[in-house]
Amino acid sequence: MNASLGSGPDPTPPTARADAGVPVRQRLAELRGPTRPPHPLDARALAALAANPGCERRTLLDGAGVDKAALAAALGSPAPYGQSQFAFMRGNAFEARVKSDGGTELLRLLGVADPEAALTPDVSAAGPEGRTARTALALREATTAKAWTLLDHPMLALEVAGTPAYLEPDAVVVHPDGHWTVVEIKSFPMLDGSADPAKVGAAARQAAVYVLALERVAARVPGAEVGHHVLLVCPKDFSNLPTGSVVDVRKQLSVTRRQLARMRRVEELAAALPGGTSFDPSGSTEELLASVEAVGAAYAPECLAACELAFHCRGRAREAGAVEALGRSVRGELGGLSTVAEVLDAAHGRAGDPADPAVAALRRAAALRAEALAARGGG
Amino acid sequence: MSLINTLARLEATRSGHAQPLATTRHRHLSDRPLVLVPLTTAGEAGAPLGALVGTDREAPRLLVVPQPRDRDLRFAFLADLAETVLPHLDSYADDTEPAERNETDPETGKRVKVEVELCRDAPQLIVPSRSGIDYVRLLGRSMRFRRTAEQDPDAPYPAPPHIPLLGRWLTHYGERVRTPGAALLLCATDLLSRHWATGQSSLEDLHLGALLAWIDPPEGESGAEAARRAETGRDARGQLLCPPAGPATDPAFDNALLAPAIDAYDLARKNFAGAEDGGSADARLGELAAAERHVRDLLSAQLLPAWHATWRALDLVRALPEGPRAAERWTRDRWSYTGHRDRVRAGEPPQPRRDSAVGAAQKLASRETEQARLEAQEALDDPLVMAARRLTGEAFTSEVTGVEPAWTETKRPTPRPLVTVRTADLPQLGGGDEQVKVYRSLDGGSQSAEFVRWEAAGVLTLRLLNAMGRAKDPAPGTVPEVGDRICWTLFPHEQRGGAKLPDPEDTPWTHGGPPAVDGDDAHERPDPITPDDLL
Ligand code: SF4
Repeated sequence: MNASLGSGPDPTPPTARADAGVPVRQRLAELRGPTRPPHPLDARALAALAANPGCERRTLLDGAGVDKAALAAALGSPAPYGQSQFAFMRGNAFEARVKSDGGTELLRLLGVADPEAALTPDVSAAGPEGRTARTALALREATTAKAWTLLDHPMLALEVAGTPAYLEPDAVVVHPDGHWTVVEIKSFPMLDGSADPAKVGAAARQAAVYVLALERVAARVPGAEVGHHVLLVCPKDFSNLPTGSVVDVRKQLSVTRRQLARMRRVEELAAALPGGTSFDPSGSTEELLASVEAVGAAYAPECLAACELAFHCRGRAREAGAVEALGRSVRGELGGLSTVAEVLDAAHGRAGDPADPAVAALRRAAALRAEALAARGGG
Repeated sequence: MSLINTLARLEATRSGHAQPLATTRHRHLSDRPLVLVPLTTAGEAGAPLGALVGTDREAPRLLVVPQPRDRDLRFAFLADLAETVLPHLDSYADDTEPAERNETDPETGKRVKVEVELCRDAPQLIVPSRSGIDYVRLLGRSMRFRRTAEQDPDAPYPAPPHIPLLGRWLTHYGERVRTPGAALLLCATDLLSRHWATGQSSLEDLHLGALLAWIDPPEGESGAEAARRAETGRDARGQLLCPPAGPATDPAFDNALLAPAIDAYDLARKNFAGAEDGGSADARLGELAAAERHVRDLLSAQLLPAWHATWRALDLVRALPEGPRAAERWTRDRWSYTGHRDRVRAGEPPQPRRDSAVGAAQKLASRETEQARLEAQEALDDPLVMAARRLTGEAFTSEVTGVEPAWTETKRPTPRPLVTVRTADLPQLGGGDEQVKVYRSLDGGSQSAEFVRWEAAGVLTLRLLNAMGRAKDPAPGTVPEVGDRICWTLFPHEQRGGAKLPDPEDTPWTHGGPPAVDGDDAHERPDPITPDDLL
């Protein structure tokens, strides 16, 4: 596990490191299934981690590079996601349009007076390591050149629990003053100057991951500084004309930073697992069930939109009668009571200490509800 | 969520069936609602794909865009939609009753009463889900600035007639939703979840099929099981058994069924365009028709479950007796409809893209008032809602144990009788030095009293303050008697601020409403149009 995350620069591709990380990596490979390559973590997945920070199960599975979608299917509760090819095509078409003509339109959105003069170095190379190295070089050169530079699909690396995550922002722009700006291109519309806040939020979380990865490169380039405001480019109203808006991602940045730091626990989590634990989706369903159950989860309905394992975890939470299955806030209302049976027993006077304020409130609630319903029954 | 509602959810979880959250219906339902189930194309800013629409549940009208990227086909869809929806909206416009409204005379600045028309009823629009409501708003926004050839002969891509008008109406309906308690445009999921608690989270309740399954499961199945099937069940081809209630389609449907069907349609269209002689053109036309029919059939199969579910939801909610105050709120909806009718008739421009600062502040303030009104009215209409207010100490039921006449010590003494009551509830009345006011229903209005002191645990004294007539002695029936059971609330029953007046936004300019446009006229210009525009 890379303990230097966020604390020190390391633009070297993580796979090139061969020191203390190895044993953990081996252990994680065993968990994932020895023949399986680690499931690549992209920025979207990393950003989604922030959706359920308390979940050890997700931390471990992501840290070990387990393909959660395949695992969910093997558990008999496949993930509900998928992307429509219409949405995919639209996204690609819009991005191509934004970047056409060497990105002049995009640069104009950033206020560049003479976008034709901007540099557009080629950052393509063989393999993700090569591209990462190429990107780091291009960033350094652009910063030294003190000229507007557009990097189209650069590649950045971030080491997460010993697994390299290769991240591909839509674009990064280097300003003549050494500022680097992350550009996110999304195909949801900016309608009358504002876009769907939920979608903007997701884009901001994703951009924050890129900023984080860029900062590690920038730390080694004199005069470079990564902007904490990113440029979000969307279609304007109902047209295909791009329009930009500057999004402050400082908050998302600190959440993601904290989140990634937590991934260090992967080592401990892996060590605590009983022998024979495996998340290899080719294993038997019973074995997989037991393995997954060996790591604690923190299911909440928000998981449904953020984690491939949601249907599985929801089923488990419901079986256990966990009140969180009804919503995270529910737990807070119920004091120390955590299962449906406990709460209902307390509410109906079958259990619980009446001196406990939570129990007393429940009993009053149950009595008032019963009274109102009886009044209806009696007309 | 109040603790009482949480408890209802837990009971639903345990029993496997939804539990009541209301004993009366808190939203007015029209006898003749217009139901609209729209579908949109994934990834496009509201490019319509298809819809079922109509007032007859047995005979919906199916509208389809066989190639959503084709502007002409989208316009044809919207024109058909206008042709179905506008006559319905219009059919309520001329059945009016005389009404009075307070207005500010523009010359004198004085408040005067004006005779106006109020439509006796208003058209109601129902969509399946909250995202359907957003979509109505989006459609409205996309259409109202379009220009028809008649409005602007030079418009590069003129819209068919009526499209801008439909856009204005959908915008009005979409905006009206933001007023708490309004019922011009409702969605089935909100209607159901207002009246029932399921054993799942409110996030999961957004799925109409699952929500309905909890409330009305098929014979012999628990709500929980039926909901799970509605949510995740797929057939052998991987298609959802219960397709989403729109406007988004399931990606598996898009990729496996819809995309090939649209490709086939494109090909058939190309072949038809390239047909060389009459005979082959006939054959090609047949193929084109078949290809289009295939897209229609696919979309129809996606839409029908949501169509039926929406009507089923209406049945279920309609079975509850309407709360008396829901009818009062519907009158406000009638004002809102009438106001927009007047604006359209007065030839006013479409609603601006953005509210002026003043307009936005007014809307916000009026929505806060409406929220308070809604909460008070629902509690007064429904003992189950009142129970939640009693639990939080905002209301209490009581039995009168003593009444003592008393008067003000003024030149003309007016009655201020002291009423002692016993309650088992725990109202938040403070120590008696804060002059907490309480209210009870009386003769279709309310009477207020102030808290005087606690006499003993569960026994308190109140001083009645009003609604006892003008004489020295209270009018008969205005003072409670020993033994009366009374529910007092700590919140007022009526909200100040134009008890029966329409919102400022619904007041047409011709009647002193706010000017909708501030400064420059950029708001009114149509959207710039490029060849690959959507909608
Ligand atoms: S679905 Fe399960 S594994 Fe995923 S975040 Fe939620 S609780 Fe954790």
